[in-house]
Amino acid sequence: MKYLALIYTAPGASPDYGTPEFGPLMDAYRAAGEVYQRDGVMLGGEALQPTSMATTVRVRNGKTETMDGPFAETKEQLGGFYMFECANLDDAIRYAAMIPAAEHGSIEVRPVMELD
Amino acid sequence: MAPDPSDQERRARDAIETLARAETGRLLGALLRDIRDFQMAEDCLQEAMESALTHWARNGLPDSPAGWVLQTARRKAIDRLRRARNFDRKAEEYGLLIELDQQTVDSEAPAAIPDERLRLIFTCCHPALDAKTRVALTLRTLCGLTTREIARAFLDSETAMAQRLVRARHKITKAGIPFEIPEPDHWGARLNSVLSVIYLTFNEGYSATAGSELLRHDLCLEAIRMGRLMLELLPGNADCEGLLALMLLNHSRSGARADGEGGMIALEHQDRAKWNRQEIAEGCALLDSALARGMGGVFHLQAAISALHAQAPSHAATGWREIVLLYEGLHRLTPNPVYLLNRAVALSYASGAEEALAALAPLEAELGAYQPFHAAKADFLRRTARIGAARQSYRRAIALSANESERRFLESRMAALDQPG
Repeated sequence: MKYLALIYTAPGASPDYGTPEFGPLMDAYRAAGEVYQRDGVMLGGEALQPTSMATTVRVRNGKTETMDGPFAETKEQLGGFYMFECANLDDAIRYAAMIPAAEHGSIEVRPVMELD
Repeated sequence: MAPDPSDQERRARDAIETLARAETGRLLGALLRDIRDFQMAEDCLQEAMESALTHWARNGLPDSPAGWVLQTARRKAIDRLRRARNFDRKAEEYGLLIELDQQTVDSEAPAAIPDERLRLIFTCCHPALDAKTRVALTLRTLCGLTTREIARAFLDSETAMAQRLVRARHKITKAGIPFEIPEPDHWGARLNSVLSVIYLTFNEGYSATAGSELLRHDLCLEAIRMGRLMLELLPGNADCEGLLALMLLNHSRSGARADGEGGMIALEHQDRAKWNRQEIAEGCALLDSALARGMGGVFHLQAAISALHAQAPSHAATGWREIVLLYEGLHRLTPNPVYLLNRAVALSYASGAEEALAALAPLEAELGAYQPFHAAKADFLRRTARIGAARQSYRRAIALSANESERRFLESRMAALDQPG
């Protein structure tokens, strides 16, 4: 099954680039990535620019409307994702728990809908 | 002479009712091994039971009622799959199911039903489901309780409970909650989740906060039945022994806890002759067996406390010192101020109410809004002859009380302050 692991963190909860904590965090992501590669479970994954860079798009009456900012203002923001291919939810939870942000934010594990 | 049709129908109905209560877990487990879709397995089983009623009322009971229902449920599943648009792809996936059906057609005797109840209970108690859902789904799936019975026990509407169960079964399938016995590195946590569901079911029945007395008592019996099942599936498991011991020992007092009007009777005033000796003996034997394995978990310590009460000839001659130590042990395992409150109560009988009052003082900050804290404090104050302060504490306790029988109990204790002696 395919699972999308959505990484949510509160702004300021993750160390910024250039701070002493940033290096170890990147090392932790690299280490997790190596496990994913080794086990052959990672279909993809990216980090996202902050929600202040987001543009929300809607089409109403055939007209494209754009809005500066995220669709929903929430305390914890979507900061990145992984797509896993796993046998079951237990495995998906195990790999999701290896994402370093799980220690200061939350990972939402969503099964991908399989269309028959 | 032809059998009376109404008699035959009644026999069929009884047989299905017995089957549903005794075999639902085994039948669903066997179906789920071949059908990955939990809701579909449940629906096919229900339909098979309905067919059974019609057939058995007409033709009498088959040699193996459970085997008949399983085979019929499998055929219903195959029918559903054939009707599905994407049969070709599914046929591959469900090849085993079709093969199994063929086998049973070829040989007249129904094959033995595989026992998949352990996998099933781990699935129903998976931590990706919320706690109440786990309890409800386990009662429905392993104990064969009807949705209506579960709804009534939880004081929910039948519709809401049905929706909760359907949502849970869909999540199990769609989110890929595995139908597996957990790996060794998750074993402890997952077994704990199963045992907590069983204990939660027991407590839901035991703490008569609301609901029909009869149904609540049924929940205790169902929990004990599941406790026995776990021990049957995991023989010699010390945690399963500890939990079953705890439930049996607590349950042994159920006949002495309430007066005729549904009011509660404190341990101190219970008629010990009404305690169930058989449950006490079984609970103590299980606890001894678990402790001999060198395990000392939360269930064991709680069962040991319950056993000390159960074996005491009187309230005064109870092993209060040991109980104090056991509550300290519990607090070390899982820190909880309620354990310390219970420790203070035991201390009041072991060393006197004065010492207990001193032990209570540091708990006030955390338990100030907890009714039993004020009830205990009132009792210690009464026993140290501080009547005015005791009355104040009873008032606090009454104000915080959640149900009528508790309130009546506290009011009678407060009224007794004015009586001499």
